[in-house]
Amino acid sequence: MQDTQELQEIEPQELPENVLELRDLKTYFFTDDGTLPAVDGVTFSVKRGKTLALVGESGCGKSVTSYSVLRLIQKPGEIVEGEILLHTNDYQTIDIAQLTEKSDLLFHVRGGLVSMIFQEPMTALSPVHTIGNQICEAILLHQNVTKAQAEEIAIEMLHKVGIPGPEQRMNQYPHELSGGMRQRVVIAMALVCKPQLLIADEPTTALDVTIQAQVLRLINDLKAELGTSVLFITHDLGVVAQIADEVAVMYLGRIVEQGDVRIVMKNPLHPYTRCLLKSLPGLSGHHKRLDSIEGSVPSLTEIPPGCPFHPRCPDFVAGVCDVGNPPELQELRDGHYVACARAEEVNQK
Amino acid sequence: MIAEQTTPLLSVRNLKKHFPIHNKGFSSRVIGSVKAVDDVSFDLLPGETLGLVGESGCGKTTTGRTILRALDPTSGQVMFKVDDDKIIDLAAIHHKHLKPLRPEMQMIFQDPFSSLNPRMTIGDIVGEPLVVHKMARGSELKDRVAEMLLKVGLMPEHAIRYPHAFSGGQRQRAGIARALIMNPSLIIADEAVSALDVSVQAQVINLLEDLQEELKLTYIFIAHDLSVVKHICDRVAVMYAGKIVELCETEELFAVPKHPYTRALLSAVPVPDPDVKMNFDLHGEVADPANLPPGCSFNPRCSYCQVRCKQDIPELQEIAPGRQVACHFTEDLD
Repeated sequence: MQDTQELQEIEPQELPENVLELRDLKTYFFTDDGTLPAVDGVTFSVKRGKTLALVGESGCGKSVTSYSVLRLIQKPGEIVEGEILLHTNDYQTIDIAQLTEKSDLLFHVRGGLVSMIFQEPMTALSPVHTIGNQICEAILLHQNVTKAQAEEIAIEMLHKVGIPGPEQRMNQYPHELSGGMRQRVVIAMALVCKPQLLIADEPTTALDVTIQAQVLRLINDLKAELGTSVLFITHDLGVVAQIADEVAVMYLGRIVEQGDVRIVMKNPLHPYTRCLLKSLPGLSGHHKRLDSIEGSVPSLTEIPPGCPFHPRCPDFVAGVCDVGNPPELQELRDGHYVACARAEEVNQK
Repeated sequence: MIAEQTTPLLSVRNLKKHFPIHNKGFSSRVIGSVKAVDDVSFDLLPGETLGLVGESGCGKTTTGRTILRALDPTSGQVMFKVDDDKIIDLAAIHHKHLKPLRPEMQMIFQDPFSSLNPRMTIGDIVGEPLVVHKMARGSELKDRVAEMLLKVGLMPEHAIRYPHAFSGGQRQRAGIARALIMNPSLIIADEAVSALDVSVQAQVINLLEDLQEELKLTYIFIAHDLSVVKHICDRVAVMYAGKIVELCETEELFAVPKHPYTRALLSAVPVPDPDVKMNFDLHGEVADPANLPPGCSFNPRCSYCQVRCKQDIPELQEIAPGRQVACHFTEDLD
């Protein structure tokens, strides 16, 4: 008895700092048009109790990265290389990339240890089952409780995510709820098994700003209350600034910049991040021309040689940026990583 | 800036669009109505950009469509200036007489994927309005399409390609070209940049502003993204549950919002600066336009709500030159 007591007391220090570590993850899609490297060597980690925002434009591979973590990639896609290490609260390390498709452990990881919120709450919910039914299903699958207990847990969770009259809502169908309420139900469903990691894939993109603000606050509050770590995927730099502790910027399947949110957004080192921040309307004066980035994101079948961003980069130098392998992510300042061949020169100016 | 005396290009007066709700069952009796647009009035001066903002379901898109007579208004007037001297009430005119007016007013849609016919080439799509109105044919049509494509930043060679060969930003440029080829005076841009990525969005915003200056266009810019509105609009009308609750110049609106709803809406915008934390306290959701609360529609969510707000519907009134607010207690805000 005393042993366990001791164990629990020292637990917080002994737990590894990171909940999730991705090492050189490569997820490719093998299509008729050729191999598409949607995720091409991504390395990052989510710290325990913190929020990492993965940000980028459409097609940069941020969603594929998150789907890979839960092994939701379907044919013709495949995780071809890399490790997805999940450090659990009971001192285990699970390499999700190595689990077999039908193993019990993968089943336990999905929904039990790691859960996910999707962008469109209407497609994430079943239209023919009641809210209560769907939440209880998640509980009964992962926890050893009776049906009556599961219902109690579900009602408590609905109350926690701020749904008024949870007892009545349990018997309603998704179409009877508004968009914001549906997203709250999805969040309740994701958090009801107290996962250690929550993956939120553009959870507020389909919502109005006022509802978005409510949902962001809810995720932040629940994160603090339940001690869940969050991997937050978004394209909105405003949302990143409001919710993230750390940020990783993706472009064409690679991370180009990573670090503490304050440092990255105040003092971006990669030309892409800098351009993205400058192209935001509302910051510059009224009617001033926006500093837009030339061109658009190239297709994955035509990734430019050298640095993938070089055709659009304002700091492009021929012979340096457009040759060889894409630049590696390197630590330029303390804890601030950037993948740019000219990072030193560009940032001296 | 724009002179005070200029006659407005468009003046909308008491515009209403109500959709009937029918009884379920055999007798499709009307049992109520959705007041999508309820008593909307504003003036639009030539060359300016008016933003229509609000949450989804507030009636901003319906307002835009009703002005263009894509929907028939329930009541109200839409006075539209044609050829400098003639003023026509678009709301009252018979739909047969609308066609010759159509070239004057065009729309840019939100989704560049569904608003372009996948079976038509970009050249056909952009040139179709000219064909429909019998304004050009043969080589003249081709030349005008090529010229328009260049103007929006596409290449004349692109005319023979199909929409699927283009990126989202390029498609939106094609949608803009289609709207502008008729040489319109009024453009209604309904969430024209919302579906685009940040880097491309900036390009399209720049393009819209350049074209406005070059072609002397007047925009009604419907959007939910307030940072875009702040950038592009001269004046902004904030809508809630089918009504305009506040209308004034953009800078004033963002500096000192006078309606509690505007204030809440502005505070919900996530600022891309980690040191500026959101200070947001609006609970609840948008009022159901089929079942509006009595009095001010915003009263169940308003933190300044008093007894009067639950009884009287506040009128949109001018509290300072060019500044209209619909709130009983706007003077008492702080």
